[in-house]
Amino acid sequence: MANKISDETIEYVGILAKLELSEQEQQDAKADMEKMLDYIDTLNELDTSDVEPMSHVFPINNVFREDVVTNGNQMEETLANAPLRGGDCFKVPKTIG
Amino acid sequence: MIFPFGYLRPRSNVRTINIGRTCIFTNANITMTERRHEDMDILSLSAVELGKKIKAGEISAMEATQATLAQIEKEEPRIHGYVTVDAQGALKQAEEIQGKIERGELTGPLAGVPAAIKDNICIKGRLTTCSSKILSNYKPTYTAEAVEHLQDAGAIILGKTNMDEFAMGSTTETSYFGPTMNPHNVGHVPGGSSGGSCAAVAARECYYSLGSDTGGSIRQPSSFCGVVGLKPTYGTVSRYGLVAYGSSLDQIGPITKNVEDCAAVLTAIASWDKKDSTSVKREDYDFMGSLKADVKGLRVGIPADYFTEGLNKEVAEAIRAAANVLKEQGAVVEEFNLSLVKYAIPAYYVIASAEASSNLERFDGVKYGYRAKDYEGLHNMYKKTRSEGFGAEVKRRIMLGSFVLSSGYYDAYYLKALRTKALIKAAFDKAFENYDIILAPAAPTTAPELGKSLGDPLKMYLSDIYTVSVNLAGLPGLSIPVGKDEKGLPIGMQLIGDHFQEKTLLRAAYTYERVTGKEAR
Repeated sequence: MANKISDETIEYVGILAKLELSEQEQQDAKADMEKMLDYIDTLNELDTSDVEPMSHVFPINNVFREDVVTNGNQMEETLANAPLRGGDCFKVPKTIG
Repeated sequence: MIFPFGYLRPRSNVRTINIGRTCIFTNANITMTERRHEDMDILSLSAVELGKKIKAGEISAMEATQATLAQIEKEEPRIHGYVTVDAQGALKQAEEIQGKIERGELTGPLAGVPAAIKDNICIKGRLTTCSSKILSNYKPTYTAEAVEHLQDAGAIILGKTNMDEFAMGSTTETSYFGPTMNPHNVGHVPGGSSGGSCAAVAARECYYSLGSDTGGSIRQPSSFCGVVGLKPTYGTVSRYGLVAYGSSLDQIGPITKNVEDCAAVLTAIASWDKKDSTSVKREDYDFMGSLKADVKGLRVGIPADYFTEGLNKEVAEAIRAAANVLKEQGAVVEEFNLSLVKYAIPAYYVIASAEASSNLERFDGVKYGYRAKDYEGLHNMYKKTRSEGFGAEVKRRIMLGSFVLSSGYYDAYYLKALRTKALIKAAFDKAFENYDIILAPAAPTTAPELGKSLGDPLKMYLSDIYTVSVNLAGLPGLSIPVGKDEKGLPIGMQLIGDHFQEKTLLRAAYTYERVTGKEAR
């Protein structure tokens, strides 16, 4: 069955994705996603009712270590990448009204 | 002025970017015209052969570096394999490494050999752009584990190679800095996403390179460029310092001129790393011992369900002919049905896009990279930064990933894909009960023409049909050149092994290479 993505859905996904899409981009995204979901729906041909979802092929365990700094203070190098810097901080627009 | 190749190159301006390139060479005081004949010979050596000659004192690391930089200067206007080249830095490294070799401090096979690194792998203080506008000014504060291992082995890092933006693409055309061209025919793409790394090796602009492979991004471009590319078993090479795309699928791997180099580079970069929680501790990290021309009794399975209508006839013939070579050497070659072939791509795009949407959340214009110029408030800054900073294919995958992870669709799409992944892995497990390796094409066609792929994303995704399932199952896969089509474009054979069976792949590939004499030079 052909998938139909509503304007509300594509707007909601845009919010989740933190992307600002123009009217044209929204329409394109809708068409792209509908086409892709139709294709992905071929997975429904498979009976997976008895299959556990597999996120990793190997068993993955948490890796614990002592909380010890090994790489020294890299404040200057780190802040050198800041698009906007204020003193020793990353500067961002006001976040609390 | 020092003008790194490709840096801040606008998309629309690809063909006119070469102005100013030679500046870095004049700054570096290289004389490169007098040694032309000798340079030709130097460039045709493999990485291991060059390493031997450097160790024997026949060639210096500086000479090799100069020859490679001269080749870069000559070939880059045609190939555009690099995003940045650091000529002065490379020569400085060469001098230091030469000293260490002469003092006996560096004795490994790759000491003094110039290499290139895909631009999604971090090197401290050097631009690491992922071929994206959003990271076009990013300089990491740390070096990737795999690169550190190469540096410890005496590698000379020439520069960072072009790629599809954030490794999302199959042609290297989604790069913000413009496409890379296939050295075998510049009217064609090199494949992707590690297209720059593969083209650079094929054009002899480096002796080997590192790429990354999430759904075929080492093997498919290696096939298109006629070089050897290996995606190791998941967890074999640390992902620390690799900018994440699909974390459960990503692996760094070698791209080389021949199989011996592949084994040498893998030996250098493979490690168990505490800094990567998905790193796997293996019993053996020495892959050089696998280089024996012997496949007697090796059980080789060819998936008959890979040889369907989508597969180009010339490619199919070349792969069958290559299988026959192994058969003549004593391998037992059979056809079988792998099953589930058509479900690999839809499952892959759900999983990879979901992980990408999560991984790429960090690019928000706060701590590094591009930030939009005009915005109102924090959220608007995030949105504008990301909308202006990401290209179309990246946005497409972030949108799809956000959708399949959203409540109401999570079970139907994301968990369904993870269940399919379990089935695909089980199908491979079953195959490896009967076979030591699976032999297949690396891609259904040879390299497409430039400009013909991005218009139909779904069609482009299908070019990964033989490679994505290997990532889903976490298996090792190797692509090796086996011939050319009538246009002269390379064809690659893919060898797939069970988990941790890289040595079996290398041995089969080495046998094929020895018998046929096919190597990139």
